[in-house]
Formats: sequence, C-alpha cells, structure tokens
Amino acid sequence: MTAKGRHLMKNTIRVGAVAAISALALAACASAPEEETSSSATADTGAPAETVDFKACMVSDSGGFDDQSFNQSGYEGLTRAESELGIEIASAESSTEADFGPNIEAQVAAGCDLIITVGFLLSQATVDAALANPDVHFAIIDDLADNDFDGEIDAPNIKPITFETDEASFLAGYAASSVTGGTISTFGGMNIPSVTIFMDGYLAGANYYNDTNSADVKVLGWDGTDGQFTGDFSDQAKGKNVTETFLDQGADIVMPVAGPVGLGAAAAVESAGDAWLIGVDSDWTLTTDYADIIFTSVLKNIGNSVFDTISETIDAGFSTEPYVGTLENEGVGVADFAEGTVSDAVLTELDTIKAGIIDGSISVDLS
Amino acid sequence: MSADSQTTEDRPDEGAPPEDRWRRALREIVESSSMVVFMAIVASMIIGGVLIIFADEAVRESAAYFFSRPGDTFSAIGDALGSAYSSMFNGAVLNLEASSFAGVIKPLTQTLTMATPLIFAGLGLGIGFRAGLFNIGAQGQLLMGATFGAYIGFAFSLPAGLHLLLAVIGCAVGGALWGFIPGILKAKRGAHEVIVTIMLNYVALYLVAWLLSLDAFQREGSDNPISPFVAETAQYPKILGVQFNLHLGFLLALACAWGAWWLMERSTLGFRLRAVGANPSAARTAGMNIGTATIITMVIAGGLAGLAGSAPVLGTQKFLTDAVAGTLGFDAITVALLGRSRPLGIVLAAILFGGLQASGPSLQVNAGLPVDIVVVIQALIVLFIAAPPLVRAMFRLPAPAHEKEVAA
Repeated sequence: MTAKGRHLMKNTIRVGAVAAISALALAACASAPEEETSSSATADTGAPAETVDFKACMVSDSGGFDDQSFNQSGYEGLTRAESELGIEIASAESSTEADFGPNIEAQVAAGCDLIITVGFLLSQATVDAALANPDVHFAIIDDLADNDFDGEIDAPNIKPITFETDEASFLAGYAASSVTGGTISTFGGMNIPSVTIFMDGYLAGANYYNDTNSADVKVLGWDGTDGQFTGDFSDQAKGKNVTETFLDQGADIVMPVAGPVGLGAAAAVESAGDAWLIGVDSDWTLTTDYADIIFTSVLKNIGNSVFDTISETIDAGFSTEPYVGTLENEGVGVADFAEGTVSDAVLTELDTIKAGIIDGSISVDLS
Repeated sequence: MSADSQTTEDRPDEGAPPEDRWRRALREIVESSSMVVFMAIVASMIIGGVLIIFADEAVRESAAYFFSRPGDTFSAIGDALGSAYSSMFNGAVLNLEASSFAGVIKPLTQTLTMATPLIFAGLGLGIGFRAGLFNIGAQGQLLMGATFGAYIGFAFSLPAGLHLLLAVIGCAVGGALWGFIPGILKAKRGAHEVIVTIMLNYVALYLVAWLLSLDAFQREGSDNPISPFVAETAQYPKILGVQFNLHLGFLLALACAWGAWWLMERSTLGFRLRAVGANPSAARTAGMNIGTATIITMVIAGGLAGLAGSAPVLGTQKFLTDAVAGTLGFDAITVALLGRSRPLGIVLAAILFGGLQASGPSLQVNAGLPVDIVVVIQALIVLFIAAPPLVRAMFRLPAPAHEKEVAA
C-alpha cells in the first residue's frame, strides 16, 4: 500500500511541476515589489503581531502529512500555530520506519523546543530521543509513551496526547440507532486500538439505545473483539465493496474508520440513495464532497490538541500532564446531524447522555 | 539497440520461452555502460535541482516579477540550491556544522546504515537479473525474513552470539522460503515470476499484518500491531560505539557482496546461472537444467532479501511491524539496476541511495524541502537507467562497443 501511495505521489509531483512551470511563465510579467518589502520578503506581513521565540516541530509516521488522517490533522494544528502564534515550525515526513530516529535527531539538532511525533509507531524513537535529550520537550499523538507498560511515561519530558474517541462515537451510535430501520454498520482499516476505539463506542452506543428503548438495532462489522476490516488505509474500492455488502444485508448507516477508504464507502452510500454515512476524524460535510449523505461525523480534534499543546507550552511552560481529548474538553465530539434525521426528543436525550458520560454516570465501555 | 540486434533477438529459437522481450530489456539494462549510469545520476541530479528551484517559495515569489528585476530570482535560485545541496551534504556525508568529531562523521555512518538493507536486497535481485529472472518480490521476501528473524529474536532467550546467529539464519530462511515459491512455480509450471512475486508481496504483507494481530506477536499489555523488542543477545552489535547506528549487519552485507561476486564470477554454479540468463535455450542444449537453476536463483535471491530484513529488526529498529520493509524491496530494484547487477556496483549504488535517504531529515528540517525530492531523484535515476539511448542522446555518448558485441 505504501508503494502504491508513492507512485501516486510521484505522479502528483510531476503534474505539479508542469503546472508550476506554466504558472511561473505566465506570472513572470508582474511588476517588482517596492524595495523595502522585497528586502523583507520572507517575513510575514499579515496576522501575527509579534513573533514568539519558539520552534515547534513535527515528525510524521510513514503515512506522511497528506494522509487525510491523523498526520494531516496534526500538521494542520502545527501550521495554525505558526500563523496564529507566530512561532517557527519545522516538519519532517518519514518515508520508512528507519527515518523516525534520524528525523527526530535532525529536529533536535535544528534547535526545536517542542517536537511532536505522530502515532504509536514512533513511540520508541520518541522515548529514545527524549532520554538522550532531556532539555528538549516532546509530545506524541495517539500513544502513552509507555513501552514497558508500567503505567508511567518512559521519559520525564514527553507529553502523551490521546483521545477518548469512544465517548463521541457512543453518541453517534445512539443517534444512528434512533433513525435506522433496524441495522447499522461500521468497518475499520485495521484491527488496531486507535481504530477500534471508534467502533467500540459506536457499538456501545447502539447497545445503550437498545437497552433504554427496548429496541433491537443490529450492528454489523464489529462485535467488540473482531469485525470487518479492509486491511489498509488506502484502497477505496475495498471500502465500496464492504459498504455494498452491508447495504445488501439491510444496513442503512455505515461508519467507515479507515481514512481515505471511507470515501469508497461514501460512493457506495451515495449510489444506494437511501442510506447515510458517518464520517470520522474531521467533519466530512466540510472535508469531503459527500455533504448530502453525511449523517454526522465523529470528531477527533487532533489539530486543536496540537495547537493547544503548543500554546500552553509557550504560555505556561511544558508539562508532561497527558492531554486526553474528551467530550468535556471538546477534544472529541460529534458534528451536527443531517437536517430532519434526528428527532428533537432524541437530541434532548443525547444532551442528557453527553452530560452523563462527562460526569461518569454513563459508561461508554462495552459491558 | 541497433537494427541487427532486433533481428537477432526476434528470430525464434527452438523451444525458446516466450519472454524474449523481457530478457532483452533486462540484458540491455544490466549491460549498459558505467558512463551511461554515471550520466543518468548526473541528469537526475540536474532535474532534481530544477524541481528544488520550483519548490522554493522565495524563487516563486521573485519569479513573479522576473522581467522587472531578474537579479532577485537568480539570487533566490542560488540560495535554494545552496541550502538544498549543503543540507544534503551535511545530512549524508559530513556534518561540517557539528561541534564534535563524532557529530561530523555521524552522517556518513548513517548513510552506511541506511545502505545496509539495500546492499543485501540489491545483491539478491542482481543475481536474479543476471540469471534472467525479473524478481519483483524482494519486498515480500524481506518482510518474511524480518518476521522469521524478529520472532527468533524476541520469542527465545539464548546465549549471545548463538542467538544472533540463529536470528540472522532465520531472516535468510524466511526470505529464501518466499523466494522458493515463485522459483518452483516457474520451474515446474512455468508461472511467470513477475506476477507471482508481485502477488506474494501482498500475501507477505497481509500475513504479517495478521500475525501482528496475534498475542504471540504483540507486546504484553498492548493491542497495537507492534512486536516485542528483539532480545539484546540477538541484536547486531554496533561496530563504532553506541553513539552511531552503524551495526554489524553492514559488514555482513559487504561479506555477502564478496560472496555474491565469488558465486557469480568464480564458481561453476554461477557460470550455470549466468549461462541460463544469457541464453536459456543454449544453456539447455549444453545440458543445464533450467528449472533447477531457476529455483536455486530464487532461493539465493530470497535469502539475501531476507537478510535485508535483518537490518531493521536486528539492527536499527529492533522490533517488527507490518511497515518494517518500507519501500526497501522496491528501492533495491533500482539499486540492482543502477549497480548493473554487479556486486561492487550494487554496494556503491546502495551507498548512493543510503546517502539520499540519510539526507532526507536534514533536507526537510534545515532546507525546508519536501522529502519527496529524494524520491523524485531516485525515480529519475530509474527512468534514465531504463532508457540508455535517451541518456546517450542527451550527452552525445557513442553506443558502447561491448553492447554491439552482445548484439552481434
């Protein structure tokens, strides 16, 4: 799958190069800017009033910053911090796992104050670098930086950033159960915790709906331990196939937790005409072309968490206190429901449930 | 390729296998002159430089008013190229900005570390190419090798030395097994090795993904698809001290390069393999068993690719994930072609590619360039290597004499 992605990337670059050349040729006739602005051409003329002396850096996993998933969301948080906080940033994409260590080392050498690594695959490389460079601060997304599983962060200068995504997908599962004809569905890219946590909450939400309303909504694709997975995070055709199978089995709502594979699911739902899709990570009415069929989206605000971590580190100093995205701090959440789907009564119930999850009276764990 | 080479090649030999065209392409690539290879590298560096210029923001901004003040554009171009090439040098050869001697030579050791798996896998592919086999399966063979080696490394506890030896053998066996399958399918049933090896890459990938979903391959207390650490007794020792990543695997790779040279140039077996690669019909007429040669070639190629898998799991990363192979198996194809399938050439090509990869972090962090530039340069090298007439036309090189001999 990586190789396929690479070929795509190479093609994009080639097309991009041609486009850039033509653009340059066409634009070369513009008049030169005034002398004083050209001498400070690199400085930002716009928004940030003051520049802060802080350098935040980020290392991607092998998905790269254009993965339409967590690397990309994280990178958006970093660039937002650059433009709004006026900090300096640097980023490094890893093309293989052998790049993790060297990328982090290069950023340490480049004088980064805070280095954010994306994904559990970078866990060990981050811990190693953190131990070797106690003066540099680190944060890691979707991982607890606890590779010996003793419940403690392995280095004293790493901040883990994790998300209780199941709290949000619980709400989505409940709402989906209230509008379905009887069967809802979900599938994932791979059977790994950062994916299945979405599916756990979704299933738990549907179970909770069944219990409280003595209903019998079935959930296809996940039973709490195993379910339907496409095996990668790139092949949209598989997402389409899986979704068509679900629709044939009577499902009318599907939640794909598989990055861009979900776009294949969206295509299948759109051609079916009478079904809905639940987006994940970002609000899919905004980030995809399928706004008409999006029931809601389970939001995982990685970008916000990165931005907040950077701005807190600047304002209040670095802390290793884990950032846990929850419904309460809006690190996770659900987007607005499609108009005319969820009844006002259910919306009120959802508010109650949300409050219950926040105060702990409702458990989102699968019983 | 001249006109008479066409007619020679197109004349059907009795019982000749149908892949004449593949073989011809392969042989042309393998036998292209070192001048063409060198010029291909130069050409891709030049085009890479052009891309670096266009990727640079300051250049784009100043080019917008090129005709009013061209000097700005030229100085921006100079800055862009200067920072790109100096960070490449600092990242891959010697870091002249470092304060300590260790810091200065660290990039060089990193380059050799990155080159290690490419040497192994490139050697395997090179042997295959010279025996007339288009093995695209180094990726899967590498992954299987890494899986076997890593499992031996983390599941058993054995004395130091013996443990490493067994883990390394495990890597070779895993890869050899994955090479044996297409070998025997081709020898016994004529299944085309290109198709089979490509498909086996997927089989290996999903097999490893599945294995990593089992408790036996996961760390205790975690459900992430990531294996436990390979025991220290099974890790390659670092040969230049702990501050450098360079490990024993590099020396093993050099030893394998010597072994591959001896095998292909000095041994009877190597002669047979080369004969089969050069002309299977003639080899068959001379009493050689093509099927056996195919199987042996694929097993050796797979074993070497499997050893490439030992570099990450026993050397640098020390655990198994399904992405452990990265794109090594495919990069190794380029390395083998660039090295013209000769061991010395492969070692040099692997070091070049190792250097390109080692320069990635520095390029991104210090020059702010996308790492894709490195990928593009690699891709361009392949493109030019695969089209020797194009390179010869670009640099007005004469068609080399030895190719005419081959054609005649």
